[in-house]
Amino acid sequence: MAETKDVIAEIVGIEPGSTLAQVVAGRADIMALTQQTHDGALMPETPGGLSHAERAALACRIAKINNETAFEAHFEALMDEAGASDATARIADIWFDGGSDARLKALIRHVDLVAHAPKDATRRDIELLREAGIAEPDIVRLAELVAFVSYQIRVAAGLRLMRGLA
Amino acid sequence: MSRIVHEFTTDIPAWKPYVKPLDLTEASPEQLDALKITPSNTKVSDYVLVLAHDVETLKHRTPLFNGVMYNKGGLSRAEREIGAVGASIVNRCIYCAAVHAGRYNQLTKDETVIDAIFADGVDAEIEPRLKAILDFSVKLSKCPQDANEDDMQALVDAGLARDEILDLILSTALFGWANRLMHTLGEPIAE
Repeated sequence: MAETKDVIAEIVGIEPGSTLAQVVAGRADIMALTQQTHDGALMPETPGGLSHAERAALACRIAKINNETAFEAHFEALMDEAGASDATARIADIWFDGGSDARLKALIRHVDLVAHAPKDATRRDIELLREAGIAEPDIVRLAELVAFVSYQIRVAAGLRLMRGLA
Repeated sequence: MSRIVHEFTTDIPAWKPYVKPLDLTEASPEQLDALKITPSNTKVSDYVLVLAHDVETLKHRTPLFNGVMYNKGGLSRAEREIGAVGASIVNRCIYCAAVHAGRYNQLTKDETVIDAIFADGVDAEIEPRLKAILDFSVKLSKCPQDANEDDMQALVDAGLARDEILDLILSTALFGWANRLMHTLGEPIAE
């Protein structure tokens, strides 16, 4: 697995020696664990039924839903690294709903729902994944992916606002 | 007779998964390690057994969770709970809201703040510092781009130091994660 740098620090643009860098250094343990979880969610050693390329493409979709262009570029780079096929790369197209592929359609539908409006999710949404042939462990992997990326994007958004403080 | 809980409460419900929890007899050594299971300790919650299906995130998530909520210094533990509650209200995670509202009440021995938040949400009449904390956590939870410079400045004006603001960002964001697991993978049940 390729080691990645601190994605949040890079995306926020935390200048070494700045006030923000000093404050973030006080929670270096959390930032390191965040990066390790990023690698575990996007590039796990045991990806199960969700390939690295599919994970990166779904994460890219989540970045777009949140209007986060820096994250979008980051996940696009991960898609390239994972050698995403055109069919897989298309998952990142926000206007693509999976077309005639029932599995892709279910994955995309669920990610869009949970990234944007988790409050609206119900038992039925898990049943729909199951009906599309997605295995129980993969349902959890998918949930962790969208949940983690939603967290990471919010940490970065908060730090970006902190950077703007006088 | 059990029923699904739909309203915010500080009575902690049970959590019933929609997904089949990991069967410990089928767990891999890596899963057992992440679950920190020893022969004398096999009591693991259904929630953790569900998450154990994705062991590569679970093994980092547990220490991360504990760090964000309990690390020394920075924002008070009670105020971190407000970040968690703000997120849980936006995401309508009844279970997380109950646990963390309850913890706030325990830590502060004051139920009026949570009562006001559960009754009126962001319009709750609470002291300015808590109000700034709640407003920020709600905005960052809804859509990260909704939180703006004015919300950040409101935190500074309410007296939050930089390290406290960082802890608020972390606890709020953490519940953007936790709520998306708890609320989407199972339901709160009152027994």
